[in-house]
Amino acid sequence: MTALLGRPGGRVIIVVFTLLLLAATWEGYKAFGSWSDGLIPGTGTELPVAPDDLTMPPVLDIVGSFFDPVQRGGDELLAVFLLKAAWFTLKEAALGFLLGTVVGLGLAVLMLRWRLADRGLVPWINISQTIPLIALAPIVVTWGRGTFLSDSQAVSLIAAYLTFFPVAVNGLAGLKSPSAESLELMRSYAAPWRKTLFLLRFPAARPYLFPAFKLAATLSVVGAIVGEISAGVRGGLGRVILDFSGRYSTGPAKVYAAVIAAGLLGLFVFGLTNVVERRMVKGQSGASS
Amino acid sequence: MTSSAVLVKGVDKVFNAGSGSEVKALSGIDLDIAPGEFVSLIGPSGCGKSTLLRVIADLVAPTTGTVEVFGKPAPQARIDQDYGMAFQSAGLFDWRKVAANIELPLELMGWSKADRRARAREMLELVKLPEFGDHYPWQLSGGMQQRVAIARALSFKPQLLLMDEPFGALDEMTREHMQNELLGITAEVGTTVVFVTHSISEAAFLSDRVVVLSPRPGRVHSIVDVKLGDRTDDTREDPEFFTKATEIREALRDVEAAA
Repeated sequence: MTALLGRPGGRVIIVVFTLLLLAATWEGYKAFGSWSDGLIPGTGTELPVAPDDLTMPPVLDIVGSFFDPVQRGGDELLAVFLLKAAWFTLKEAALGFLLGTVVGLGLAVLMLRWRLADRGLVPWINISQTIPLIALAPIVVTWGRGTFLSDSQAVSLIAAYLTFFPVAVNGLAGLKSPSAESLELMRSYAAPWRKTLFLLRFPAARPYLFPAFKLAATLSVVGAIVGEISAGVRGGLGRVILDFSGRYSTGPAKVYAAVIAAGLLGLFVFGLTNVVERRMVKGQSGASS
Repeated sequence: MTSSAVLVKGVDKVFNAGSGSEVKALSGIDLDIAPGEFVSLIGPSGCGKSTLLRVIADLVAPTTGTVEVFGKPAPQARIDQDYGMAFQSAGLFDWRKVAANIELPLELMGWSKADRRARAREMLELVKLPEFGDHYPWQLSGGMQQRVAIARALSFKPQLLLMDEPFGALDEMTREHMQNELLGITAEVGTTVVFVTHSISEAAFLSDRVVVLSPRPGRVHSIVDVKLGDRTDDTREDPEFFTKATEIREALRDVEAAA
């Protein structure tokens, strides 16, 4: 496997291989279940997941559903429909990511600058993450309706709520990471605080920030989807998953297709941050060269 | 009486004063360093030699006493960039190329890009690394990184260079080589140097005077006059060099015995 990783296209081979393995396991389980009548052989106990086509649609049905019309007799393919929904959700997530990153970095700088802010803010930042998003989402959307915010902007706000946290926590650790000697050096140059921040602390924080950005990017997608579902916002993947689940018995493959689309969207934004990281850190530290 | 490069008068330094973890780091330090002089601070660990250097640099404020650098109070000298500083870890910024590291203090002083470029090139010549401006620090050996750090400290041509065990992390041969080069560079620029070290031979080879400090609290135990004149690698095998090294060693033994 490691030899494959080094070759161009090696990763693609591994991904395809893993997907095939996953599909084979899925179908193998179903075949085994139909042979054993849905029971664990030799006992009267049922298998943990029923192997029938309603609970576990065949892989080919799931793949095929992407190329079926969304509605019987309609023109639009499910794949196109999901792509539009994913684009809608991606825009919400991107705005949420941006907002969360700005707020997170702002909080990190605030906590660095004023120890009082550090002591005072940390408990609140931690508490903020223990409030279930599902409880918060409808409130935010209701508030948004009372102001200038559109529903999908309110969803972005919910996504930002998830993303600011890793950025603030890792950002603060990164801003504090320069050695005492580096800070003394800047002081010996009589560098103002702002210069030390931008010439030393922020560049030194990059190895801490990029893992946080990756986490924040995927969290922003999760936040957007959960926000759409709990606030009932139309147009995005969240609502699509909710609708399809409501009509599960008439099209189980479609639910899986929507869930796969959500997963792919998460992968896409994760990959995007990876590309940005490689561009911004490339050749600038021994570890990543 | 402003002819001193560094004038330390009655400096005490107490860390965490008044608390349970109070530490008396320096006590009654008097030191007068002439322009162009090379003075080493040596002593066992805990003798406050690094603290004294930081007091001169105004990175640490003295509890009592005064420090003047070229006749100015130390804080003013720091703001006026009257000294350059080099540490044991070269402390180069990984994300900046070598030339950009040397340019850092110039950038903070608001120099134009062209002037910075020119000076960085000049400094790279001085430390014999003219080919390495476009490299990243991690592509250089430890000795080369330390030379870049010295180039950075001298980039704005300060009259005073403060060095805290700059060659402490280097192997013996590289270290001796760097010592020769440092003497060449400072002689060329006429810089005053205050140099913290724990190496007797290093202090003896480099210094005009060696200040021996005793620990807890740090006091000036004695000052050894060295002045070996023009130095080459042969100086390291010269009887005069050994005599001076022995003199420093005996002062240090005396310090240890008293502690």
